[in-house]
Amino acid sequence: MPPTNVSDPNYYHKVVDCQWACPAHTNVPEYLRLIAQGRYSDSYLLNRESNVFPGILGRTCDRPCEPACRRGRVDGKPVAICRLKRVASDLRDDITDRLPSAPKEKNGKRVALIGAGPASLTVANDLLPLGYEVVVYEKYKQAGGLMRFNIPAFRLPAAVLDEETDYVIRMGADVRYGTNIDSMKSLLNENYDAVFVGSGAPKGKELEIPGRREGNSKEVIHIGIEWLGSVHFGHIEKIEPRVLIIGVGNTAMDCCRTSKRLGATDVKVIARRSRPHFKASPWELEDAEEEQVEIVENHAPKTFIYANGKLVGMEFEQLEWSDEGGKQKSKVTGLVTIPCDSVILAIGQDNAFPWIERDIGIEFDKWDMPNVDKTTMESTRKGVFFGGDSAWGPQNIIWAVEHGHQAAISIHHHCQGEPVTNRPPRGMNLVSAKVGMNGWMYSNDYNPSPRAKMTHEELVKRFSAVNVEVELGFTPEQTAREVQRCLNCDIETHFTEKLCIECDACVDICPENCITIAPAGDEADLRTRLSAPALNMTQDIFVSDGLPQTKRVMVKDEDLCLHCGLCAERCPTAAWDMKKFELVIPYALNRSAAEATA
Amino acid sequence: MTSIVKPPVKHPSLQTNALGLTKRDYEGAMSTLCAGCGHDSVTSALISAFWELDVPPHRAAKMSGIGCSSKTTAYFMKQSHGFNSVHGRMPSVTSGANAANRDLIYIGVSGDGDSLSIGLGQLCHAIRRNVNMLYVLENNGVYGLTKGQFSASADVGSTSKRGEANMNQPIDPCLLSMTLGATFVARSFSGDKAQLIPILKAGLMHNGFAMIDIISPCVSFNDHDGSTKSYKFTREHEVEIVHADFVPLRKEISAESNAAGGVTSVTMHDGSTVRFRRTAEDYDPTNRIGAYSHVKACGERGEIATGLLYLEEGSGGEMHTLNKTVKRPLVEIPQAELCPGSKALDELMAEFR
Ligand SMILES: Cc1cc2nc3c(=O)[nH]c(=O)nc-3n(C[C@H](O)[C@H](O)[C@H](O)COP(=O)(O)OP(=O)(O)OC[C@H]3O[C@@H](n4cnc5c(N)ncnc54)[C@H](O)[C@@H]3O)c2cc1C
Ligand SMILES: Cc1ncc(C[n+]2csc(CCOP(=O)(O)OP(=O)(O)O)c2C)c(N)n1
Ligand code: SF4
Ligand code: SF4
Ligand code: SF4
Ligand SMILES: [Mg+2]
Repeated sequence: MPPTNVSDPNYYHKVVDCQWACPAHTNVPEYLRLIAQGRYSDSYLLNRESNVFPGILGRTCDRPCEPACRRGRVDGKPVAICRLKRVASDLRDDITDRLPSAPKEKNGKRVALIGAGPASLTVANDLLPLGYEVVVYEKYKQAGGLMRFNIPAFRLPAAVLDEETDYVIRMGADVRYGTNIDSMKSLLNENYDAVFVGSGAPKGKELEIPGRREGNSKEVIHIGIEWLGSVHFGHIEKIEPRVLIIGVGNTAMDCCRTSKRLGATDVKVIARRSRPHFKASPWELEDAEEEQVEIVENHAPKTFIYANGKLVGMEFEQLEWSDEGGKQKSKVTGLVTIPCDSVILAIGQDNAFPWIERDIGIEFDKWDMPNVDKTTMESTRKGVFFGGDSAWGPQNIIWAVEHGHQAAISIHHHCQGEPVTNRPPRGMNLVSAKVGMNGWMYSNDYNPSPRAKMTHEELVKRFSAVNVEVELGFTPEQTAREVQRCLNCDIETHFTEKLCIECDACVDICPENCITIAPAGDEADLRTRLSAPALNMTQDIFVSDGLPQTKRVMVKDEDLCLHCGLCAERCPTAAWDMKKFELVIPYALNRSAAEATA
Repeated sequence: MTSIVKPPVKHPSLQTNALGLTKRDYEGAMSTLCAGCGHDSVTSALISAFWELDVPPHRAAKMSGIGCSSKTTAYFMKQSHGFNSVHGRMPSVTSGANAANRDLIYIGVSGDGDSLSIGLGQLCHAIRRNVNMLYVLENNGVYGLTKGQFSASADVGSTSKRGEANMNQPIDPCLLSMTLGATFVARSFSGDKAQLIPILKAGLMHNGFAMIDIISPCVSFNDHDGSTKSYKFTREHEVEIVHADFVPLRKEISAESNAAGGVTSVTMHDGSTVRFRRTAEDYDPTNRIGAYSHVKACGERGEIATGLLYLEEGSGGEMHTLNKTVKRPLVEIPQAELCPGSKALDELMAEFR
């Protein structure tokens, strides 16, 4: 196995599991340390650099960082990264004067953004400071997209949303509310220098089974995302007592919990599959069950049943699943009828672009989705970019933000006459974390506390109105403990072979058996010959060049390293050192900053 | 000293021994020795040896004198018995403890200063008496604790950190032990656990005095270029003349590997086996005179001979056997029996009149 190249920013970046897993590569360990120091505003702004909406995301993010978090592999539960983001947001001071601003003098380029969801707002956030004139066309009267119209206020208070969308808009975006774009062709005729499509995936999937259009179906059978929108706009204020939600994704979770707040007393969520295959996040399922929503597994909808033109129930096939050559096969084991007065369909969303003409150079594939380049976000028509749910179907807010950042870089290149395929590289900074003889610039001790549990508003109060926020946030004590659970994975173990005298001190001290000095070999072989076998193939092993005295190699399995610094403290020659790694991420605004450090 | 104690987290693939304990359960306090000290590697090898032998920590007694090396006993098996004696007196204290309670497993850890200067007489008599113990001599050629004066194991011509050369003849603990009749004599290196751990295990299971001289570099005072006890020098001059594998009683020895060329097996008193793989021609680790002259000759050539150099098992001369003492440890003998009163004493005295 060749020596590991740690000057490639990806190597150390990958060690910071949370940051690597975050689509926008938020610098999690640094923002957690800032919280630990009580520097909430700094923590907020550091978050904002990568994810633009820390207050919103601190409540609603899909948090791919948490399943990736190293702490989860060490004691079973990841750091509560997402809820700590909310702490930074809730406790920050007024930071408006520290936000980026647009220059008085514009650069003469005009960009149109379609939709005012997180994808478009990120593009605006990144381009306004560069002097672009940004026009946002939004069908509705408010900004935020699905974050506003679909994510219920009991999860995301309007005030938080207003504040963070305003930060972007107040920089000088020209938002044309209530303007639906119904022809791309005519928009293109307005001669914008670039167009960004951030229109989302606005169409809820239908369920065409017998009875779908009978009796009182128009009043009592709803499509999830439309229904949530109607609740948001106040067009719907009540629901019947017995409600079935079809589907078990995140939309289903918001539908069932909203139903509970609109008067439903008996709410069931019906899933085709069993729990391990549910799309909804485990914590959303937990929250729904806490609100006495029943989750019914392995049921496939068959017919709607009416009595005297009134919906009275639904018939389902009961399924049994088996694994056939890696494919899940179902078998019908029986039929059941579940009584209900109303049904909400939450089985997915589709994209719909009836307003994009098919003869203007924007190609669509056989599923009627635009062909969009994975890196540049550009469509097949130069100067037209896609991002967020509109690009490849429904994802989540943090992906929409990352698409926005990438699209902003492309738009900037496009407008400056640079090839959009020129992607500025990521850079890194690496500095020793040592302060004094035996001190580090971070708290290196392992804190054995269990993961903090979020306190929820009591049930009665929660159901009193649709907008009572359920999660109350962490107490100061919870915050103080939870930030210390972070292992500081960005404080990296850095090795210099020429200093090593092969005394074994690092090998002997490591609490997690990460380190081995061994005769060289190929990776598969080395992985079996370590102090503890390196079985987690998703985690890299570091391998040095031949050591001065014996030509053996230093090997470190990154998997369970606590970043406790003991290896470095016990090393007599500082061959191991703890170094603080900082990923330098290029944005439209600072493309060259990363280049300089790379 | 480290800023924190070793976090109490365990690697998920950490194995347990026959007692259900992991290696972490055999650890002691955090070391306060200099970072990179060979003694800490010996500690780690001892933890492995005790764990692999399934020794219940409370059945071991850790004995030591004074010196950095003698602090080692604090850094493993925190649940064990122990005695930290005055400088050089560990062999006598261990002899006494062993006389009183023969059922414990005795491990003495000492240094070249503690053993070969102030404690030399004590060491010689423990060897003569054949006290059943493992004697670990962490040899760095200096008095580490008192800032690096030459010890009695320093080679002629080797220099101190400041450049001054040693002119006195060294004492080689292995040659010394062989002349005094030790039945188990080995040398190893703190930087070679593959060699060290099996020897430590064999030494612990040996019925009698087991001397293991471990070159254990002092990073602060004796790891420089003029040193003959540095990591670099030891690696360049070490010659493993015989390799020992310790095969515990529980493991079957396959006839095949036994028959392999150059392998000799010695059965220990508990039925375990030591398998020798000779790496030097004609070396016989069961021949005292042959072993002595080979090791001596190596030394003269400037080579550091390592391995389980000499083993004599089953000769029956261990201290308790020699002295025909009672089988039971004194603590297990009821007070009345142990101290039968003045009447019994009078009767005994009468026998000598
Ligand atoms: C019920 C529900 C709950 C969700 N919960 C979460 C969650 O907790 N966490 C999470 O990360 N994600 C969640 N999501 C997903 C998330 O909301 C979306 O992935 C994200 O909002 C996509 O952002 P976007 O900018 O691509 O588009 P959108 O947010 O969909 O915004 C698109 C905007 O474009 C406007 N628009 C559309 N077409 C036109 C047009 N032709 N002309 C003018 N304007 C137009 C729309 O009105 C809208 O404002 C949820 C989604 C749903 C449906
Ligand atoms: C009676 C007595 N004399 C002298 C000393 C000072 N002293 C302490 S440790 C030591 C030598 C230790 O050398 P060694 O056994 O080689 O241990 P190392 O520190 O090298 O491991 C000496 C002379 C003492 N503590 N007690
Ligand atoms: S322990 Fe901290 S730095 Fe490491 S993955 Fe988890 S949150 Fe990120
Ligand atoms: S920082 Fe060093 S000692 Fe601590 S767990 Fe990681 S490799 Fe082991
Ligand atoms: S502690 Fe330092 S010198 Fe010793 S083996 Fe480890 S890296 Fe090498
Ligand atoms: Mg010494």
